[in-house]
Amino acid sequence: MAFSRRNFLKGAAAGSAAAACAAATTTPAEARENLTMPPKAVGLLYDSTICVGCKACVVACRDANDTHPEFSTEEKLWDNPLDISGKTITVIKMYSEGTGQHKDQEKDGFAFMKRSCLHCVDPSCVSVCPVTAMTKDPVTGIVSHEPADCIGCRYCIVACPFAVPQFEFDKAFPKLLKCQLCKHRQAEGKIPACAEVCPTGATLFGPVTALKEEADRRLAVPAGKPNTFARKTVGSPDVHEHPNAAYVQHAYGTTEMGGTQMLLLSGVPFEKMGYPKLRERSYASEAETIQEGIYHDLIAPVALFAGLLYVARKNTKNHDEEE
Amino acid sequence: MSKAAPLGGSYITKTTVITAILTVIMGALLLYRLVFGLGAVTNLSNGYGFGLWIAYDVFISTAFACGGYSMAILVYIFNRGEYHPLVRPALIASAFGYSLGGMSIMFDVGRYWNAWHLFLPGWANPTSIMFEVACCIAAYCMVLWVEFAPAIAERFAPPKVVAILKKTAFIPIAIGCLLPTMHQSSLGSLLIPAGYLVHPLWQSNLLPVMALSSAICMGYSIVIFEGSLVTEAYNRPSEAHMLGKISRLISGLLIFYLVVRWGNLAYAGKLGLVLTSGKYSFFFILENLLFVLPVILLATQKNRVNPQLLFIAAVSMLLAGALYRLDLVLIAYGREGWHYFPSVGEILITVGFVALEILGYIVCVKLFPVLSSHHPAHGKGSHTVLRAPSAAATTNE
Repeated sequence: MAFSRRNFLKGAAAGSAAAACAAATTTPAEARENLTMPPKAVGLLYDSTICVGCKACVVACRDANDTHPEFSTEEKLWDNPLDISGKTITVIKMYSEGTGQHKDQEKDGFAFMKRSCLHCVDPSCVSVCPVTAMTKDPVTGIVSHEPADCIGCRYCIVACPFAVPQFEFDKAFPKLLKCQLCKHRQAEGKIPACAEVCPTGATLFGPVTALKEEADRRLAVPAGKPNTFARKTVGSPDVHEHPNAAYVQHAYGTTEMGGTQMLLLSGVPFEKMGYPKLRERSYASEAETIQEGIYHDLIAPVALFAGLLYVARKNTKNHDEEE
Repeated sequence: MSKAAPLGGSYITKTTVITAILTVIMGALLLYRLVFGLGAVTNLSNGYGFGLWIAYDVFISTAFACGGYSMAILVYIFNRGEYHPLVRPALIASAFGYSLGGMSIMFDVGRYWNAWHLFLPGWANPTSIMFEVACCIAAYCMVLWVEFAPAIAERFAPPKVVAILKKTAFIPIAIGCLLPTMHQSSLGSLLIPAGYLVHPLWQSNLLPVMALSSAICMGYSIVIFEGSLVTEAYNRPSEAHMLGKISRLISGLLIFYLVVRWGNLAYAGKLGLVLTSGKYSFFFILENLLFVLPVILLATQKNRVNPQLLFIAAVSMLLAGALYRLDLVLIAYGREGWHYFPSVGEILITVGFVALEILGYIVCVKLFPVLSSHHPAHGKGSHTVLRAPSAAATTNE
């Protein structure tokens, strides 16, 4: 068969038809909505305003998860990690501004802030992990990492909006480290180590719905008025009194990325404490909507492939005859 | 029809020696990385999970390696048999580009001994764009060598095998047109889950469209780039007449890309950011100038057949596509308080992979029938490429 304009057009038409067919079958699949809170979701409420920065939680976390002290000064006198890392699952960081005298005050003040996994309701890390090493428990909502499955591609590190997954870059056989809400302790009927040891109840464990109610209760009390704060578990009888702080009127994690199972309260704006302003729609839901739109039941790729096979077969035949 | 033939000649040249040395250095550094960990060789951190290896060896290198894909679409899908002589050189470059990209991922993943999890249903996570990209690139690496198999067979296998390979060639060709369409678009999507971490001038739901269209452009540009270099280096007849026609395709695709890119920014109300984003503005404007330059250079027929201008346009396009990917993965990506610039070791390893690719290409064109032998000295002008089919047609019809 001769190479001619007509044949070219036929080939082109078939090719575009295949592409159009592929595009047409790609009916805009329904948008993947944000995932919703699991029925028995548990989490933490961290209240920066009653945290005294004692770091008992950091030590207890090491004990519970078998991590070892990390030093950021030349003389190894204190366990003083600068942030969470491949060796450290949680830290208490400090905000300081101006003279740094007044607790929970943005200007000339200081405040503490916990860093650890927020256990997103719709976690990016779970969505992006190519080998299902990151999982979200369908009941408790705990976001876990299984090193035995992990290939170390670090896509979770790239995608996490909170810079939580931490990789051991200094090891030949590295692992990824993140908070798993002491699920091994919970299996024994205990609560996460950080909440267990917190002397002021700044880190409080409980069902997310109860934690949310507790956060709203604290936000509703006027600044300076005495308030009661439970220790260890939300609603526990072990309480202490403390004047209510001037809170930022928002519990961080109630809306961000479709919600998280760790909620934060603070007197200093969250952006200043390392927690960025984030929209409500999760990035995972958006990325999955796009990917699903293209790969829905593999219809589009298969249709495209069928078209390509047909056209390529016809055209290679032409070329052979030409030779 | 012009037949492809091995180039022959000595394997010891200045280029092969230099590339071999760079490859050996890379090998030593990779060994060091395996023994002492990623941190010993790279500047990767928990703020920048992806570094130069992902940005260059995966994003940029595989886009550079789209020549085989772009040419296969042109020749076998749009039935432009006249470009047949350009397919094999493009395929072999693609085979090396992709295979080395795939290899470098094996050194980049921290827990490489688990890498096989990617391909098994018990582990595979279909919502992960990384999963799609990894499987698709792995499959395409193999398909490229199968597509190239007839060239190896022509040299070593009996004619019967060659005939079978040619008869069934349409299958790997079709797969070879499908897979890059999938993973080159997905490479763009890969950054969508990162959300705010990618600067708004780059972050977009149309990333797959922009990544794919620019990758196809880069594929055609690399064909022009390599064609020009091979013509020059091995003193072969100019292919400007063919390359010039391809350049019209590039212009069309580029205009499509630019309309999507800028239309998307305008629609999202982000045009103001173009001038007000500091260093991001600088990279954005530089990147876009590099995209626009080929459109201007290739605007007239006179320019399109000028080998020098054609070469400059191709280089500009390649730089544009490369910078776009570098911006997307590293420059526009960032977390407060974290910085990343590749270490010397990281750069040397990437350079080593490029050197290995060049070395492999040279060895292949000398050993296998890759380049068409339509040399005027043999009395076969390149116009026979077009004449032969019509002669065959008269006997067939």
